[in-house]
Amino acid sequence: MTGTSEAGDGRIGNWKVGVVTSIRRESASGRSITIDVPRWGGNIAGQHTDVRLTAANGYTAVRSYSVASAGAGDRIELAVDRLPTGEVSPYLVDTLREGDELELRGPLGGWFVWTPQQTESVQLIGGGSGIVPLMAMIRSHEASGSTAPFRLLYSVRTPLDAFFRAELESPSANLEVTWIFTRGAPSGWSRPAGRITAADLEAHGFPAALSPTVFVCGPTGFVETVASALVALGHEPNRVKTERFGGA
Amino acid sequence: MTEHVDGNALAGPLSDLFTFDPTTASARCAGCGDVSVLARAMVYGEPDTFVVRCAHCDDVLMTIVQTRDRFCIELRGMTWLKIPR
Amino acid sequence: MAVISRGFVGRGGEVNPDLPAGQYLTADFPVLSSGPTPHIDTVDWQFSIRTDSDTLHTWNWEELHALPVEDINTDIHCVTRWSKLGTSWRGVSLDTLFATVKTTDEYVMARSYGGYTTNVPLADLLGGQAWIALEFDGAKLDPEHGGPARLLIPHLYFWKSAKWIHGLEMQSQDEPGFWEQNGYNMYGDPWLEQRYW
Repeated sequence: MTGTSEAGDGRIGNWKVGVVTSIRRESASGRSITIDVPRWGGNIAGQHTDVRLTAANGYTAVRSYSVASAGAGDRIELAVDRLPTGEVSPYLVDTLREGDELELRGPLGGWFVWTPQQTESVQLIGGGSGIVPLMAMIRSHEASGSTAPFRLLYSVRTPLDAFFRAELESPSANLEVTWIFTRGAPSGWSRPAGRITAADLEAHGFPAALSPTVFVCGPTGFVETVASALVALGHEPNRVKTERFGGA
Repeated sequence: MTEHVDGNALAGPLSDLFTFDPTTASARCAGCGDVSVLARAMVYGEPDTFVVRCAHCDDVLMTIVQTRDRFCIELRGMTWLKIPR
Repeated sequence: MAVISRGFVGRGGEVNPDLPAGQYLTADFPVLSSGPTPHIDTVDWQFSIRTDSDTLHTWNWEELHALPVEDINTDIHCVTRWSKLGTSWRGVSLDTLFATVKTTDEYVMARSYGGYTTNVPLADLLGGQAWIALEFDGAKLDPEHGGPARLLIPHLYFWKSAKWIHGLEMQSQDEPGFWEQNGYNMYGDPWLEQRYW
């Protein structure tokens, strides 16, 4: 590798030093983190970034996180859920403070993305913190005034585990949000708590006949279940884009 | 858990090597002939070592081992790679 | 210059005389997978040693269990930097399996169900150093940890302890296996930190 994190060309593979400007609690285990990253240069909705932590003895750990924000500019938002056996996520959730520096590499990935030029219907399906890249798409959709019909199915354990809850509880005109609670639903909720099923996809998702583009993001098991149910419902496999989480 | 992630995950590690986004490049599997973007492949063994397998037949497309001072990349499972420019 | 992350220790900061350099202690049993987990029925399971003379020594599940099964208490070290101390296994010693095998070759390629391979010198499989493991922690070995049977060579990095073991092939030269072709060390001694080429 040539150069250092301060190399001036802003090439994607170069590490950039961001400064944490604010941290917001999203749930008991989740935080959203806003970072100013000089030379970030904006990102498309759905892209991710690598975060590198370095210990005093030189040991480093790198993990990928989806970016919850989209558009031009050098300010980005990440949202991170603490994985109990993780190495990087507990640090980002519990130790990181405003004013801290963080090394980032990105924006990364040109495939699991949505741009306002797309006019077809879009089905978003997120499990847990899998909402993060989908949130970037929702924000980009709203900011651009896109009239493409958007639907979101968001599966979380309980309402308290939801990220971006306030924002998603008052969606814009072209977005329909369906909540799926897997452990505990609010009292009076018509659907009993339980994992997402093909019936949920059929009842609340765009039908396959409409040929929507579908974005699925979440833990491996969630993505497997949803992706195979979608194909069984007649969705063209090529229109279903998935992003599985690794352990972080 | 035999956890794997999607080929999307390769964008960061490979950005050190390529000036293009490798995850939107399409590759032909030498095993079954399936042509697909790398983002759709199945990636095992992250975060430092990657075994990239064809989502269609499970055959190994490529492996990447990152060590402190080098990258070892093996590509024998692909007939070709087409890169958008 | 790298930015030091305030308060970050990660898994690089442990100093423990029982741990080889660069390893951290873990209580759980992480899975390093290079592909989908094969599920092998013990009815179909077979283990063989192929020698230079093209002779095949084969054991099925019952035949393997008819051999003496030993208790093994050992530390294990994975190249992805986790170590687990004092793990308990049960398995058949490779000394027992090689007792009837005649060979002049000094190297072995281990082959697994699912296509994985790894190379080991024969000397490292003999002398009470290696087993075909059938149980971990008092229970049958589950598929994600290499069940029904895996190779166990605890004095080398754990990628050498091939999961879903299917057979050993004698070879006159030390040829690289799956990971060894792709950057991992031919021998893999954790105490010498032989991780990569």
